[in-house]
Amino acid sequence: MTKHPPFAVLIIALALLVAALAFASMITGPQGAGAFDLIGLLGADPDTAWLIMREVRLPRTALAVLEGATLGLAGATLQGFLRNPLADPGVIGVSSSASLFAVIVFYAGLGQYLGGLALPLAAIAGAMLCVLVLKMLAGRGGVLTLILAGVAISSISGAIMQLALNLSPNPFATQEILFWLMGSVTDRSLDHVWLATPFMLAGWALLATTAPSLDVMSLGEEAAASLGVNIPRTTTLIALGVALSVGAGAAVTGGIGFVGLVVPHLLRPLVGHKPSRLLPASALAGAALLTAADIFIRLVAIGPELKLGVVTALIGAPFFLWLVFKARAELEA
Amino acid sequence: MTLEARGISVRLSDREIVSGAGLELRPGELVGLIGPNGAGKSTLLRAMLGLIERAAGETLLDGDDFLARPARERARRVAFLPQDRKVEWRLSSHDIVMLGRYPHHSGFGGAGAEDRRAVDRALEAVDAGHLRDRPVAVLSGGERTRVLLARALAVESAYQLTDEPIAALDPYHQLHVMEILRDLADRGAGVLVVMHDLALAARFADRLILMNDGKIVCAGPPADVLTAERLAEVYGIRAARSGASMGDITELAPWTRMEAPPNEE
Repeated sequence: MTKHPPFAVLIIALALLVAALAFASMITGPQGAGAFDLIGLLGADPDTAWLIMREVRLPRTALAVLEGATLGLAGATLQGFLRNPLADPGVIGVSSSASLFAVIVFYAGLGQYLGGLALPLAAIAGAMLCVLVLKMLAGRGGVLTLILAGVAISSISGAIMQLALNLSPNPFATQEILFWLMGSVTDRSLDHVWLATPFMLAGWALLATTAPSLDVMSLGEEAAASLGVNIPRTTTLIALGVALSVGAGAAVTGGIGFVGLVVPHLLRPLVGHKPSRLLPASALAGAALLTAADIFIRLVAIGPELKLGVVTALIGAPFFLWLVFKARAELEA
Repeated sequence: MTLEARGISVRLSDREIVSGAGLELRPGELVGLIGPNGAGKSTLLRAMLGLIERAAGETLLDGDDFLARPARERARRVAFLPQDRKVEWRLSSHDIVMLGRYPHHSGFGGAGAEDRRAVDRALEAVDAGHLRDRPVAVLSGGERTRVLLARALAVESAYQLTDEPIAALDPYHQLHVMEILRDLADRGAGVLVVMHDLALAARFADRLILMNDGKIVCAGPPADVLTAERLAEVYGIRAARSGASMGDITELAPWTRMEAPPNEE
């Protein structure tokens, strides 16, 4: 018998948590400035305080919330769709192929084209290509095929990115690409937020429409199809939804991984293991996790500020190993 | 009032798995679809439901083209229990059975009172009311089969197609599941059961359809289908019949193998 909180209570609690963390993020300064630095400044110099909030803290907070929600939602959707607890935009290579395409645009100096849209569009195309290749490779295979396909795609993307860095004509370009690959929401402007948000929202909407069919897919593709689930249509919606949201996010925040792996796994027992209910819960918890992590890196003072993607990888990668360890029996079967 | 498959052919990478097979299912009857492994029974079922591509053939429901109907409507009219009994995630039996109501509502509206009553009726019909809050993942094979059968029953469709529902079950549960299916037919549903147990098939089915090598060999009352010649020819076995003098087919039991299996060249 499994006990879990009422769904509405869970969603409201998570939403309040996101709101509280977003507020904390707005008033927490970078290293040295300390927490609540803006409270004092609001009294002394309100104009400057508001300027900092709008130009610095707001984009940073908004991107952490949006990207966290995207990764949580995409992870939960992919896990439900592929019926695989190890599916995650990072693990299966979606994030890295999005990064690859973005790096190519960077490298070719095309970032300014299409009013700055070249970068997100390229990342979305990269993510889409990866999802389609995965579906072809692992559509009928088990857990292992999918993970191996993801490893292969990540390796190819990694190799080409190394090549781009290797051939990079000047050290500044190299450093810019490297920092971007580490993943961060620092030093972004509201332009970045406006660039990514429409794609993310469109992606979220597409993913949300697949929620009821994800429940039915717990019975396997054949039973789901016999109950009226349109599998090809669901596949297309998810490929498009993941590509739009994860691609646009990657273009703006760089490589932030493992949120989509960790969050759905932790929340699954709290929603009675229902794939459809995991979607909104994971989106909110992903937003909370990434915002909390971004506050954390401002509060720890060790050398230069840690990159957000480095922190999520440090937590997420051992977690992934632990999940593989747990799923070992199934993998070997 | 019939569900009818006509002239169905299925090709998989140049091999014809099903060749011009047809069958008919009427309300209130339990029909056993039997035949050796690889005869094409499951493939015929999938093809007549439109779950896989077919090279030829059609499915008629009350004389109308069934496969031209929208997917959800098809799902409401004919329920299907596939052979695959795997259930992902630790969903409770109740949640699994509720999935049978998916074709009836939009999905986002959630379950209504009628959906809940249908789930209760289905769990009741398979004697699984006490399992409703348990995760399917922890159930025994017999319990799991009953819950998944309840999932198909919860559709409350006029026709139920079940693919090997009693495979890998102990004798107690084999009888239990066959009784549930028989009861379903007696209450007016058209029930098609793919099965290998010839004795249970002969005993519970009104008619048997024998399939071999992608084709229908014959169809009719169990006693007409399960003749010694056909068992030898199609299955490569001789059967023992305890009530043989009275032609009591229900006492049939597979007993000895012939020299070589009939389908291997």
